[in-house]
Amino acid sequence: MVDWPVVAAIVLTIVTASTPLLLAALGEVVAERSGVLNLGVEGMMAIGAVSGFAATHATGSTFAGVIASAIGGMILAVPFAVLVINLSVNQVATGLSLTLFGLGASAMIGDKYVGVPGIKLPQLHIPGLSDIPFIGPVLFGQDGLVYFSVVLTIAIGWFLTRSRGGLVLRAVGDNHDSAHNLGLSVLGVRWAAVLFGGACAGLGGGYLSLGYTPLWTENMTAGRGWIAVALVVFASWRPARVLVGAYLFGAVTILGFHAQGMGLAIPSQFISALPYLATVVVLVIISGNKAMLRANTPACLGKPFVPTR
Amino acid sequence: MSVLSPVIAIVMTLILGAVLFTALGVNPAQALYVYFVEPVTQLWSLEELVVKAAPLALIAIGLALCYRANVWNIGAEGQFTAGAIFGSAIPILLPDWDSWMVLPLMLILGVIGGMLYAAIPAILKNRFGANEILTSLMLSYIALLVLDWLVRGPWRDPGSFNFPQSVTFSDAATLPLLVSDGRLHVGVLFAVLAALIAAIRLSFSVQGFAIEVAGNAPRAARFSGFSQKRITLSVFLISGGLAGLAGICEVSGVLNQLRPEISPGYGFAAIIVAFLGRLNPLAILLAALLLALSYIGGEGAQAELAVSSTVTRLFQGFLLLMILGCDTLIAYKIRLVTSRSHASGEAARG
Repeated sequence: MVDWPVVAAIVLTIVTASTPLLLAALGEVVAERSGVLNLGVEGMMAIGAVSGFAATHATGSTFAGVIASAIGGMILAVPFAVLVINLSVNQVATGLSLTLFGLGASAMIGDKYVGVPGIKLPQLHIPGLSDIPFIGPVLFGQDGLVYFSVVLTIAIGWFLTRSRGGLVLRAVGDNHDSAHNLGLSVLGVRWAAVLFGGACAGLGGGYLSLGYTPLWTENMTAGRGWIAVALVVFASWRPARVLVGAYLFGAVTILGFHAQGMGLAIPSQFISALPYLATVVVLVIISGNKAMLRANTPACLGKPFVPTR
Repeated sequence: MSVLSPVIAIVMTLILGAVLFTALGVNPAQALYVYFVEPVTQLWSLEELVVKAAPLALIAIGLALCYRANVWNIGAEGQFTAGAIFGSAIPILLPDWDSWMVLPLMLILGVIGGMLYAAIPAILKNRFGANEILTSLMLSYIALLVLDWLVRGPWRDPGSFNFPQSVTFSDAATLPLLVSDGRLHVGVLFAVLAALIAAIRLSFSVQGFAIEVAGNAPRAARFSGFSQKRITLSVFLISGGLAGLAGICEVSGVLNQLRPEISPGYGFAAIIVAFLGRLNPLAILLAALLLALSYIGGEGAQAELAVSSTVTRLFQGFLLLMILGCDTLIAYKIRLVTSRSHASGEAARG
């Protein structure tokens, strides 16, 4: 017999484990489509997590916390943008240093919040619909950021393929010289994309400290920012596939723990290693398909643009 | 000129430190003194400095070779851990084996462990094109979890009252000290030796030249017959081996047992050391001392000023951002172009 309430509970935890990955990876899709590879996602998520927690702690409002997490991530993206876009510094090295800086800064800011109980994002119940067995709690009993992440997926998908702004963004990412000659502001578009990516990574981090586990611990991002970067490759830079990928990773994370709970004698460390192992495996499988990667990778990804005149 | 950018970056970091300490309500002059000067005023802390700098330098020398070849190994923390695990297998599984062979075998196993673990991302990149940044980093997380499992599970000391730690290594498995008392172990010499060898090989050998060409002009490297794949594999193996050596030296020379946490982030701080040392093996020795200073200063600041030692990691990250920024400011000439002067320049040219 299938125990439906238990299945519903598992699905609920999968959703909460997937949402931070989804939010962060969506931001990275936009940044990378404009030609900027930001490896600082992990750092921006950490800053988002701590600023979201701090703002919620100070105001008592999780809404303020969510806004603060987005702003925190965006602020951390500013030095990255200055170095990478305006000063043409190597994007890989700068992204790495942004992650180290963000992790350090978040540990420093969050030092006084260790062990402080947090406030969890409220679940939005829709009267009537939320009471339907199984479907109710899964579809209509989530918190606001979960719904927001799904709406954001659709919105970014629409923006990239159906709007003029998206066309401009992709033009800048695929051929910055042509875009510049057409009179488009390459640097401006990239700045906007990087800031948007920072805000999304911040939100993803904020979801960790407000929704997934409502507390702050140092290094609580635990590599999720890097998994988000890998998800973008996995999804070949398409928002809908990012959604699928994020939920797959969330499922891998959660099902391992449930398998252990059901009495499977696996050391907990091996369960915790599953998402990292899955990332390596997925990267190998995806990268093996060279033709598909070549067709989808933004052609100017990682290349600095130095306007000649 | 290129010497200037690390210097400017350090000055900028000191300024940030002063601002930060003021904001925290600590006298900035006193804080900076405790942080950066006090550690070098006493003999024991000078020794501590060198002991902490050794693993940083060993790892960073290997990373510098990778980055010169445009190969992005950021999984040194995992290779360090793999080396520590492999090398520790002897004293943990054969605690009673007392022979002069124990220590050399441990060091060799440590190097092999680091190399094997570094070979994974290199092979995945060469064979499947998988991004080495992501795979090497993911493997780091996995290595740390394996270490955690070992010291809480099969390798836990039965007499440790459930503390997650292995047995204490026997004397035969402990790196000898350089001077009779104190903390300076022989592993420090490895760092100096590695820097010398790397510097000589980089300047005077074909392999060093191949790494340089592959990093700066991949097309030229292809035309001159240097195989990109071979270079990728070899720099990964070298850096993995050095990180593994650093790992087993740290366990055998400093900690004397395996624990869940054997490194305060050496593998990541070494990335900063590599860039601060301008990817130059000899300069890396100096850079490693500076980063080691930040660790010891952080501990001092926590003890004396009640400032969290997490501020260390903030400084380290900021330092790297500044180095990268300064490099550009020195390599290029900044010219502010307003749209009007731009247009008139256009007209003059036309």
